[in-house]
Amino acid sequence: MAVTVSPERDVVATPVQRAFREALYAGAIALGLFVLFIGLRTDQNISNELILVRRWGLLALVVVLTAVGRFLYVAYAQPFAASLKVADVATGLLPESMATRFFRLPYFIAAIVIAFALLVLAGSLDGLLGPDLAGYARFLRALAIIYAVASVMFYFRSFIHAHFSALGVSALALYPVIVVLTLALYTGSVAGGFQGSLKWVDNFGIQILIYVMLAWGLNIVIGLAGLLDLGYVAFYAVGAYAYALLGTHFGLSFWILLPAAGCMAAFWGVMLGFPVLRLRGDYLAIVTLAFGEIIRLVLINWREVTNGSARISGIPKVSFFGLMSFNVSDPNYIAKVLNIATSSAYYKIFLYYLILGLCLLTAFVTIRLRRLPVGRAWEALREDEIACRSLGINTTTTKLTAFATGAMFGGFAGSFFAARQGFVSPESFVFLESAIVLAIVVLGGMGSLAGIAVAALVMIGGTEALRELDFLKRVFGPDFTPELYRMLLFGMAMVIVMLWKPRGFVGSREPTAFLKERKTVSGSFTKEGHG
Amino acid sequence: MAGTMLLDIKGVQTYYGNIRALNGVDVTVNQGEIVALIGANGAGKSTLMMTIFGAPRARAGTITFAGTNITQMPTHEIARLRIAQSPEGRRIFPRMTVMENLQMGASIDNLKHFDEDAEKVFALFPRLKERINQRGGTLSGGEQQMLSIGRALMGRPKLLLLDEPSLGLAPLIVKQIFDAIRELNRSQGLTVFLVEQNAFGALKLANRGYVMVNGNVTMSGTGKDLLANPEVRAAYLEGGHH
Repeated sequence: MAVTVSPERDVVATPVQRAFREALYAGAIALGLFVLFIGLRTDQNISNELILVRRWGLLALVVVLTAVGRFLYVAYAQPFAASLKVADVATGLLPESMATRFFRLPYFIAAIVIAFALLVLAGSLDGLLGPDLAGYARFLRALAIIYAVASVMFYFRSFIHAHFSALGVSALALYPVIVVLTLALYTGSVAGGFQGSLKWVDNFGIQILIYVMLAWGLNIVIGLAGLLDLGYVAFYAVGAYAYALLGTHFGLSFWILLPAAGCMAAFWGVMLGFPVLRLRGDYLAIVTLAFGEIIRLVLINWREVTNGSARISGIPKVSFFGLMSFNVSDPNYIAKVLNIATSSAYYKIFLYYLILGLCLLTAFVTIRLRRLPVGRAWEALREDEIACRSLGINTTTTKLTAFATGAMFGGFAGSFFAARQGFVSPESFVFLESAIVLAIVVLGGMGSLAGIAVAALVMIGGTEALRELDFLKRVFGPDFTPELYRMLLFGMAMVIVMLWKPRGFVGSREPTAFLKERKTVSGSFTKEGHG
Repeated sequence: MAGTMLLDIKGVQTYYGNIRALNGVDVTVNQGEIVALIGANGAGKSTLMMTIFGAPRARAGTITFAGTNITQMPTHEIARLRIAQSPEGRRIFPRMTVMENLQMGASIDNLKHFDEDAEKVFALFPRLKERINQRGGTLSGGEQQMLSIGRALMGRPKLLLLDEPSLGLAPLIVKQIFDAIRELNRSQGLTVFLVEQNAFGALKLANRGYVMVNGNVTMSGTGKDLLANPEVRAAYLEGGHH
């Protein structure tokens, strides 16, 4: 093992001196950048005049924080990161990795104890510590729970890696059950468990799964066929409006309209596909972007049909295959049929399993299609269109099927969305939605279902979790709303992930065909040394 | 069998915008032959290769394959008549494995004869079998060329078009590839039309050859005759061969 000497040693300046210099530079740059953004603010005074508000104190704080951050980074973080890559001279071993240092048994036990203690004390926290400290205590509790879960995942990482799909699907299937049981234990009543589960099942579960489904649908178009589609939300809108209009006007059931909405979206996928057949890359992106906007503007302006911005409301709920209803007034309302207490949570839990089923359908179809000629043709099309044609593949139909299949799943997701919301309006189908879904696909790793699901969990779940950070209000004042910063954090997270893993969480493509036994390379071939 | 005309190119003109790349080219390839087309950079060799496949399309003249006029056919339908191509730059699918690349080659028949044909390709290029689960993009240049030819063979072609199979390869690998082409022609009677800058190797391999200059075919004859021709020697061979 080679012994590397870090280059810093030879440089005249010690890391601390260098850090001091760089901190000054960073402070100067921050001053220049933020003097207008933070140092000055325009405002209106009482007589409606525009005045300049000077915020030199805030500016100074930002500049000092930047300089200190740079100092710490250069003086301590960088040498530390470098030391991790230098092997020990005596043993020839690399130092312990950060992860194994971070996840240790004593820490794990401490986290469990803290979490448990704070859970037990939950009711009396406010009385013991006062509202301020109780907020911090709850945050500490959340951190302890996250740390404990992360430790367990780290400890079983190879097992999780090997059985990712099975574990993921079982976790998703059990999620509402676990939530309801936990909350029932916590509140001490079954009804309380159901009531408390609303937020977790609806805001987190269903919300994330809708994006998983959209991203998996878009993955067919972008990840497999390589067609950069920036207007994917259009198909989502088509599916949602198809269900909303047909459901409200003709009273048709969700189970009939779901495939109908899918077909409708697939039809529009083909309609979009035809004019863009010859386009690729950035040109295709522009046209699909325009298509998405056209659909949205039609929805806004065609008031006679879509009711414009006034939204379509009163969209019928999904029934349990016609056997049980989720409307309290219906004779076959679920609580009456099963003879249980009335709760709005049943519908949410049902919707959760419905979207989970739709997601699994999308995944199943994607996995199967990849092994079929059409799926292989999609992937080959992404790699090299000219080669595809010269191998006898009809690239026209291949592209159209990709657009249609992707759009169909967008349509399914759209009709589910309409059923869940109970109303649709054009505001739900803005370009930002397309961008978020695209970002999830890219972050997860194009073509990888598992990576995309993780990306959706992190991105959508992460931004939802920001709403929970109430204690920040105590730090930054009652006007502080963490949700407003979620797009900023979303962007920062994307930059970090793209720097750290440029091809997404799962960057490598899983081959669809293997020769059963892997042949070893015989010496006669390796010896040649050619090629 | 030998002697019947398989590919007949008559008076073909091809344009890139307003620039004429081929000025009425006549080339014939007979059943069971190896025909080489040699010429300098920019002579129009690759353009002719691509015109046969309809991209770019010929503006004048006709291209007939086994009695069918293919001048106006879409590329994928031309390929379905069992003309296979190892295109310029090889154009293998870099993120797909060797196995998947070969599957793509067999997609005309929907993998009906896949196992049988794959064994034939592996017999011809044993190196590909060693690399079977490796991604195309991680192969060496020579292996990529073998894969490109192997992929073309998976569609059971009647005519194999090869565009510069020796490009950028070590002499030993070029010899392996040319030996493989000769073997295919001899044992399976496969008709091969190849474009080459490596005039010496190509003409030695070929039954007949054409010389192309500035979009025109200026000379034709048997491989031996062209090799002996003083003009050809002066332009393409002197000091060039090994």
